Amino acid sequence: LAEYFNANWLPEGWSWAGYLLAALIHCGLLLMVVAVAAMFFIWLERKASGRIQDRLGPTRVGGRFGWLQSLADGIKLLTKEDLVPGKADSLLFRLAPYVAFAASFGAFLALPFSNGWVGAHLNIAVFFILAVLGLEIFGTILAGYASASKWSLYGAMREAAQVVSYEVPLGLCVIVPVMICGSMDLIQIANCQQGLFTNWLIFHDPFTFVVFWVYFACATASVNRAPFDLAEAESELVAGFHTEYSGFRWSIFFMAEYGSMFVVSGLAAILFFGGWNGPIPIASWLGLTYATGEDAWLLGSLLGPTMAGYLGSLLGLLIFLIKSILGVTLMIWARWTLPRLRIDQVITMCWKYCVPIASVAFVGVLFWQVLGIWSPNDLFSPQRPGQVREGWVTDAKEPGTTEDTSTGLRDAPVVAKGGSS
Amino acid sequence: VTILLATVNWHTFFFMLFALLACLFALGVLFSNNIVRMAFYLVVSLGALAGLQFLAGAHFVGAMQVMIYVGGTMVLLVFGVMLTAHAAFTEMKTRSGDWLLSIGLGIALLVLLVQTALRVETWQSPQISQEKVSPADAHTTTQIGLGLAGVRADRLDEDDPVRAAGMSGYLLAFELIAIHLLVVLVGAAFMARPRRLPRRDEVPRNEDERHDLTT
Repeated sequence: LAEYFNANWLPEGWSWAGYLLAALIHCGLLLMVVAVAAMFFIWLERKASGRIQDRLGPTRVGGRFGWLQSLADGIKLLTKEDLVPGKADSLLFRLAPYVAFAASFGAFLALPFSNGWVGAHLNIAVFFILAVLGLEIFGTILAGYASASKWSLYGAMREAAQVVSYEVPLGLCVIVPVMICGSMDLIQIANCQQGLFTNWLIFHDPFTFVVFWVYFACATASVNRAPFDLAEAESELVAGFHTEYSGFRWSIFFMAEYGSMFVVSGLAAILFFGGWNGPIPIASWLGLTYATGEDAWLLGSLLGPTMAGYLGSLLGLLIFLIKSILGVTLMIWARWTLPRLRIDQVITMCWKYCVPIASVAFVGVLFWQVLGIWSPNDLFSPQRPGQVREGWVTDAKEPGTTEDTSTGLRDAPVVAKGGSS
Repeated sequence: VTILLATVNWHTFFFMLFALLACLFALGVLFSNNIVRMAFYLVVSLGALAGLQFLAGAHFVGAMQVMIYVGGTMVLLVFGVMLTAHAAFTEMKTRSGDWLLSIGLGIALLVLLVQTALRVETWQSPQISQEKVSPADAHTTTQIGLGLAGVRADRLDEDDPVRAAGMSGYLLAFELIAIHLLVVLVGAAFMARPRRLPRRDEVPRNEDERHDLTT
């Protein structure tokens, strides 16, 4: 984007402005996604909870379906009095919502929305997202501590215990797709699930199917949603860590919460459901790819690679958004139909169920890969996912001729040599 | 202004920004008395260091920094402070002996670091020659991962036995750190334990006191 600006719009010597403009556009777009997604999900949550409880939910604001309700609420929140409790640590109290939001927003930087459409293309995107999302809890703990309120402190302590525990199974679950695709790059993980829906990693083998559900439970717990919303627990702790917050600061916490719900759902869509690859590869059938020359066909040869690829990516974006929104809807559904767990049940579920199940499934997938057992992913796959490894493909080479010009880091023999020493 | 902006090296600008943030908040840790604020400043300082690593293109190390140091400080905050502090907003007073000791240690470390830093011959950003990098090895974390697991991939073809000795990788250091962390955890649990258990002759007399003790 920056190079486009520099080449077409800006005079010589203004390259800094091009980079600045490109960065601002990326950040602005992501900020729009977070803010608009939060408003949409709050509306969705109200409608869904209403229907689940045999009510209508908001109906009037904005004409039909109450679709402007979130905006009206936002204006209401902006005009509320901004309170800082007298005994609070006012610096940390004011900073806490921004810490939570910055962590949630930071995760969006590495989350790809379509093939190649990502704020910052990191080759360790999975790891980055997990690391940054984990920081959101820091905002919660600061808020709980700085409020100088018993309810808040209890909420923060519960959150801390819960999240420190749930990061373990969450990490174990995320390792499984990384292991199968051989990359921590989210774009590569999604692209190794190209083709029919049988290539999605959730259908790789029975273990990955289990791993997805464990991942989803742990992700729900790590973004602090019911049935794991012990940090809020309005029936016991008033409102938990945000008891003392009001107005705009309070709403920032909610933007962070809905933002991270979207992130973990999007991560689930990429890791287990093929990301922007639909159940049927319509885009590649119609030729909506960046392929040029002989490879381009149908719409691709009609529109040219740039336009066709753009339309294909747009379709991918739509598919990705649908999958992510489905994930968020599942979380909303769970929230309004399941009772809240007690803290001991939450910890029990983590250490006695999620961690062992995830560990066994991890070892199971490992053996599935090593033994080369048949999986549905082999059905219509042009290329076995395990063979795509950080930018190079093994089946281009003969198995015996692994010596390359670069350092020996190829196949089993090399590793065995190192291991024996 | 435009000429001035055009001459700015933006890489240097962001380096300065993150470095300044790291230093300022490190000083904040030093001069604050409130232990939770100290932890917060430490998190910002370590986060700025992660920013420097991202700026240098070391994404994996940067994410490691965020995961382990920034996240670890958070855990330190929770378990170290909230379990041991018995009053709200604990203030920590540093004794003058501790000041002296830490200033001495700090100066010693600074001397060592400055000496090492000045030994670098050319102060320029590392240039990667394109011939040395094959597409397979560019931007991989596999080598670091294997190194942590005990295999130094870059030393495998070494004939010289002296240099090949490094092939065991970072496993020993890794395990040492793991044991160190375990000791720290045990120590934290030891420090957080109840100070004094009720002796047998202090059996609560009535129902209320017994209730107090059990809760």
